[in-house]
Amino acid sequence: MKAAPFDYVRVSCFEEMQEIFAAHGDDAQVIAGGQSLIPAMAMRMARPSVLLDIAGLPGLSGIEDTGDAIRIGAMARYVDLRESALLATHVPLIRDAVALIAHEAIRSRGTIGGNLAHADPASEMPAVVQALDARIDIRGPEGQRSVPAAEFFLGTYAVDLAPGEIIVSVTVPKAPAGRLSGIQEFVRRSGDYASAGGAFVLDVENGRIAAARLACFGVCDRAVLAEQAAATLVGQELAALDPEPAVKALASEIEPTADLHNGPATKRHLIGVLTKRLLADMVSRSGKAHG
Amino acid sequence: MLKRNDARADKSNFVGKTVPRENARRLSQGRGRYVDDIAFRNLAHVAFVRSPHAHARILSIDTQAARAVPGVIDVITGQDIRSMCQPWVGVLGHFPGLKSAEQYPLAVDVARWHGEPVAVVLAESRALAEDGADLIEVEWEALPSVVDPETALESDAHVIHPELGDNLAFRLDLEKGEVDAAFASAAHIAEGTFHFGRHTGLTLEPRSIVADFDPALRQLTVHHSTQTPFQMQDVFARHFGLEEGSVRVIAPDVGGSFGLKLHVYGEEMAACALSIRHGRPVKFIADRLEAFQTDIHARDHRVKARMAVSAEGEILAMEVDDLTGIGPFSVYPRTSAVEGNQAIRLMGGPYRMPSYRGRLQVVFQNKTPMCQYRAVGHPVACAVTEGLVDQAAHALGIDPLEMRRRNVVTQDMYPHTSPTGYVFERLSHEECHARLAEMMNYERLRREQAEARERGVYRGIGFATFIEITNPGPAFYGVGGARISAQDGCVMKMEPSGDIRVMVSVTEQGQGTETIMAQIAATHLGVPLERVRVYTGDTQTSPYGGATWASRGAGIGGVAVMKTAEALKENLLTVAATILQAQPGELDISAGAVVSRASGEERMPLSELGRIAYFRPDTLPAGFHAELTAARHYVPQGYPFAFTNGVQASHLEVDIETGQVRLLDHWVVEDCGRIINPLLVDEQIRGGVVQGLGGALFEECLYSPEGQLLCGTMADYLTPMAAEMPDIHVGHVETPTETSPLGAKGVGEAGTAAAPAAVMNAINDALSPFGASVSRMPFTPERVLRALGKV
Ligand SMILES: Cc1cc2nc3c(=O)[nH]c(=O)nc-3n(C[C@H](O)[C@H](O)[C@H](O)COP(=O)(O)OP(=O)(O)OC[C@H]3O[C@@H](n4cnc5c(N)ncnc54)[C@H](O)[C@@H]3O)c2cc1C
Repeated sequence: MKAAPFDYVRVSCFEEMQEIFAAHGDDAQVIAGGQSLIPAMAMRMARPSVLLDIAGLPGLSGIEDTGDAIRIGAMARYVDLRESALLATHVPLIRDAVALIAHEAIRSRGTIGGNLAHADPASEMPAVVQALDARIDIRGPEGQRSVPAAEFFLGTYAVDLAPGEIIVSVTVPKAPAGRLSGIQEFVRRSGDYASAGGAFVLDVENGRIAAARLACFGVCDRAVLAEQAAATLVGQELAALDPEPAVKALASEIEPTADLHNGPATKRHLIGVLTKRLLADMVSRSGKAHG
Repeated sequence: MLKRNDARADKSNFVGKTVPRENARRLSQGRGRYVDDIAFRNLAHVAFVRSPHAHARILSIDTQAARAVPGVIDVITGQDIRSMCQPWVGVLGHFPGLKSAEQYPLAVDVARWHGEPVAVVLAESRALAEDGADLIEVEWEALPSVVDPETALESDAHVIHPELGDNLAFRLDLEKGEVDAAFASAAHIAEGTFHFGRHTGLTLEPRSIVADFDPALRQLTVHHSTQTPFQMQDVFARHFGLEEGSVRVIAPDVGGSFGLKLHVYGEEMAACALSIRHGRPVKFIADRLEAFQTDIHARDHRVKARMAVSAEGEILAMEVDDLTGIGPFSVYPRTSAVEGNQAIRLMGGPYRMPSYRGRLQVVFQNKTPMCQYRAVGHPVACAVTEGLVDQAAHALGIDPLEMRRRNVVTQDMYPHTSPTGYVFERLSHEECHARLAEMMNYERLRREQAEARERGVYRGIGFATFIEITNPGPAFYGVGGARISAQDGCVMKMEPSGDIRVMVSVTEQGQGTETIMAQIAATHLGVPLERVRVYTGDTQTSPYGGATWASRGAGIGGVAVMKTAEALKENLLTVAATILQAQPGELDISAGAVVSRASGEERMPLSELGRIAYFRPDTLPAGFHAELTAARHYVPQGYPFAFTNGVQASHLEVDIETGQVRLLDHWVVEDCGRIINPLLVDEQIRGGVVQGLGGALFEECLYSPEGQLLCGTMADYLTPMAAEMPDIHVGHVETPTETSPLGAKGVGEAGTAAAPAAVMNAINDALSPFGASVSRMPFTPERVLRALGKV
């Protein structure tokens, strides 16, 4: 398990990066935390001829308040997300998600940009950013653009990034008052990728659900928003929430794909159980918070 | 619980005391010296080209581009290696009818499992060797593969070795008593089909070797992560045409073995072949993917079984049909018949059951070879037997622990012979059951279980009574023609300082063998423990012996050490008596000094004895020669094996909506005879239980229907981790074996033998309100959900 030969370049500006992409095309690959890329290289499943270290690029690190949103640099590591007071205050769902990702060693190296670009179907963050209606900020040869998270994930390990483009940041709207959020997953062992998981956001006004975003991971070929299931929740009174219509809608709107240990039928069943449990948990936490 | 320095406080008796492992501090501080840590000059490395197919003919291999890579030294294919090494066949005479095909280190013409090595590249570094391997083009013609053992014997199945006629490697039929009559008269017949998935040993240190051939001396020195240096010395000598004395095998620190580091693997043989060819050291360290593809796998059984019981719950008979898939070859030199042979012979072992019919079919298939792994055959026999016992108890309305009490072989029956021919000197099932019920507070647990059910929480309690084969004598391999020593030896010397050096043929892989040997030596010599050093694992300096497998280290090697210590003590007392002008009988050795036997008064420290004996023998009477080294060998006699016994219980909770099993507690009461070191015995039990729980709940080598191995990393192959493990409570009953003066039996495999059965029974107990049950290991959430009809 030794990587095929490769060159390593640490770039300090975007122009330099673009030159390397222009010269090497697909053979150049960005490295962030290396927690997915390096194992793939060791097994020679990934064979970049040039490894592009982007840690020195300006504007990729840091977590900052932009007024109505929080901008998270692509190179922010999981531990940075967990320790951020800004996120704890304005988007606690991100911090809750970090606790479910892998193990401490991986959390202290893996980055949010690498995670989203890698787009593992069972990964937490791609669901979280969709539930939060975040935008993925991208920079490439054609300049900058920004894509809603719900449109960024195209399939297993496939995202809306053109050659030469990288993620520079993720912009997450601050949670409005009355927001409930929660994340849960079923795993075989603690730290494993999820067999089925959900990251849910409910916006509550006057005791009723005004908006809902239910993102599922580990179920389909990518993290997906269950829009029909979410629609069944809107208008319901929180204290008397009936999850059954959501579970039903979910079962018909998603197209589960098997992983090594669970077939599609199991995934469909598990996400139903999870939806019920997570909604109940969110309702009961809101009761505690207010009562 | 036990104080660290207990043992040192009592200066003479260390047997039965908790003593920490001497090497634990060194290893945990990173000062281990594993094969990969040892520096060699002029070292070359190998990387392998492996079959991407489960079964395929090699049409051509183009090595041109690989040879052109700077740093690549040589490329060898299966055809080339035929002239470099004698082939082997994994059969032994005591398994009549067992067949297997000739094997070379690399596949010749046909590859028969996904991952089988077909070519090897030798280069200046492992990375360069992999670069070379990358460029080798193999032209394949895919062949139909046999994957599921159930299909291996079908008439249209592709025959993996046409010269063998069919895919049946071995068949064994056993019958004793009145089986048909028992089933005809039974009040109830419990019946089931049990599946045991493939898993693997997963040592922390992977398989490792550096072979170093010196052409001038025609001497092959092999640093090898192995359990069995002497067996490997013999193998290397015979297959490379070298004198046995010209092969030296050194096992430095070995990071776990679990049975997988005593088989012959193509990669290690290829490393030796290349070292001999190039006259320079050659290293192979398996990476994790190679470990999954080529370390022996374990289990892979499908057992159909039934059990006849009377209305009172008496087990009348069992009938068992075991089908097991061993991959394309029976593994050399121990064969892949041992696992199945033990599985069908251990069935019903703890019980008085008078009648038994067993059928074993061992079949070839296109998967990684299967062979002996910790608790060979035991978990299979135990789960089948205990699963049926629980079913019968449930049907008859008898409490499962009571059902077992009614059937175990009782104290008045020993020595007892099982219907499959195993002889038990003396076991302690009744005491173990009583002890277990008390430790786990059984009655209270049942009450709590009932209360939890009211709340919709489904907990289960499962039992598994077990026996374990330990201390095997020559009946195990020697009688079959294998050159695998059944005896072990020890050489012990006293140095001028009075320190004791012990060389023993059993080996250490992290379990604490060396510590136990030191305890025995110190006790029987009468010296402080810290004055004893134990050396193992070098064929050039250790006495010859069988080494470590089948839970034999303490029970056999320990006796060799004990006898040697007694002999050396006698020698030392003779010297002391001569110096002190006393009779040897008036003297003794205690706490490192010669003392008066009657008063215990110190007469002379051993260092003084050493000074006189080594440096001033001129002061001793003419004609007197001090003997300061002793050697003894030991082989168990009387019984072919020493059986141990015990019982395990599992307490767990099943989430009936997700199928997830949460382990709450696990208990083991075991009887390994005389306990030499309680701490190490408990560690062996706990580690063994965890490996058993792995096979029961997590670990599985998954294959596609075409025979592609699907799990090549630790992310896909799930091993149990600390967070998922329950507290494991261990209790002991001690019934020393009278066949050995030490009284110790083995303990290395007992934990693994019964943990899966206990978990299976506990899950089924939890699921009983739904009439659901599972019998296919590992019990994944998906399988539990299927049993519940939810998916
Ligand atoms: C044992 C183990 C367990 C794990 N468990 C989990 C888990 O439970 N949940 C989970 O979500 N993840 C898990 N992971 C994966 C981990 O979260 C990775 O850190 C993450 O998927 C990738 O982030 P990274 O920064 O390490 O990216 P890298 O490995 O450096 O890169 C991954 C990919 O993204 C590309 N890339 C990186 N940064 C950018 C960028 N800014 N723009 C464009 N492309 C980029 C790289 O070129 C590469 O293709 C686990 C990993 C391991 C080793």
